[in-house]
Amino acid sequence: MESSKEVENQPIYSVSQINREIRLILEENLPILWVEGEISNWLHHPSGHCYFSLKDKDSQLRCVLWRDQARDLSFTPEDGMKVLVNGQITVYERGGQYQLNCFRLKPAGVGELGLAFERLKRRLEREGLFDPQHRLPLPPFPERIGVVTSPSGAAIRDIIKVVGKRSPWAQIVLAPVLVQGPGAAEQIAQAIRDFNLLGGVDLLIVGRGGGSIEDLWAFNEEEVARAIFSSQLPIISAVGHEIDFTISDFVADARAPTPSAAAELATRDQGELRGKLESWGERMARRMTGMVEEIGRRLDRISQSYGFRRPADLLAQFVQRNDELERRLMQAMQHLLELRGSKLSGLKARLRSLGPPAILQRGYSICRKLPDKEVVRRASQLTPGGGIEVIFSVGRIAGKVETVEEGNGKERI
Amino acid sequence: MEKRGFEELMGRLEEIVGKLESGDLPLEESLDLFEEGVGIFKLCTKRLEGAQVRVQRLVKDLKGEFYLTPLEGENGL
Repeated sequence: MESSKEVENQPIYSVSQINREIRLILEENLPILWVEGEISNWLHHPSGHCYFSLKDKDSQLRCVLWRDQARDLSFTPEDGMKVLVNGQITVYERGGQYQLNCFRLKPAGVGELGLAFERLKRRLEREGLFDPQHRLPLPPFPERIGVVTSPSGAAIRDIIKVVGKRSPWAQIVLAPVLVQGPGAAEQIAQAIRDFNLLGGVDLLIVGRGGGSIEDLWAFNEEEVARAIFSSQLPIISAVGHEIDFTISDFVADARAPTPSAAAELATRDQGELRGKLESWGERMARRMTGMVEEIGRRLDRISQSYGFRRPADLLAQFVQRNDELERRLMQAMQHLLELRGSKLSGLKARLRSLGPPAILQRGYSICRKLPDKEVVRRASQLTPGGGIEVIFSVGRIAGKVETVEEGNGKERI
Repeated sequence: MEKRGFEELMGRLEEIVGKLESGDLPLEESLDLFEEGVGIFKLCTKRLEGAQVRVQRLVKDLKGEFYLTPLEGENGL
């Protein structure tokens, strides 16, 4: 106290000096400590700093929470809330007041967290954030799934496992975030906004594996709730275990009890798709076979009606057309058969029965000009003395043409 | 490589089956549809068989640009 005057050998302090002295005594003698109390006169100043008092039944303690620490709050403090505060006692020299300089604030006990949860839930509910009308439908066949969770947690491993099993064609895009502790809520909300900005995924799974209510707290934060609400991409919320409900669950388009369940909800099972494909393949094949059979029956009717007058090559044309259709059908069926194995081989046999061998079986024969084996459709293709062969259902004969009557195509069979 | 997604392919296949079964199409048209349907059937089946889930990580750089980088297999997680 060099600059102090002395009165009767007692030092005289200036106000600043004594305040500084008190400050040194307090700061040097009181370590960083935890204080439990109830918040009163909470003031979130526009500067970002927060001022409040902690009180209990009998006493009050002034507190200040600076902007940088206020940003990391994992909940919204309100008057009347019981909290645990970590900080250091210091003196605000200008005001001559001692105060607790806060580093961390957390709700005191599960009861208080539950209260904070209920308060936020009520407020957001009143605002309409939970209204079912805002819920987006989940896409039926998602092929790119965005996941907002920790890259090292069990959640992402579970999701990859389930998606790999059910929809192995799908792609997973992970936005790695902190899922607990300071900054977690901010990162989760930002990742949701990033996915919306980036696009390219069909839906989002937002969540984490189980933990204490404190561990899950980021998913009870207003910022996360608002990011989910504003998302244009459908979101499945999957936080913790079956019994854990978070604010995220209420705002999301769908809630899954666990990350695995979310992956299940998001994907289509390949077995289900296979079944559908099989059934459709079968229905197509049955329908086509039916059509070809119908044509075969028409051919039969035409050929069997005695009084029917027709050009001589009508039948041949039908046969040829039938052959052409059958060839294409067989080709297409071949693909199906390769994939479906023996299940459809019965159909294949039935298709065969509609081909030329079956028609020969019914008593028709094919006449071919020799030596070039050209199928004869008109008598005028032949000349007397030329070679011909006639193919029957069983066996064939060869010979020479004796006479040719060209005809006019109106002959009766 | 076929770009259409599963949703689109399955939708088209269902449509084809419906058209074929409605029964008022000429044979030629039916066959064309059938062949298209078989093609889709084959494609979908192949996708179901060969697929393996791909995992990527979304990365945002300091300028706010996004990148996708492959995420290593189970051990890397």
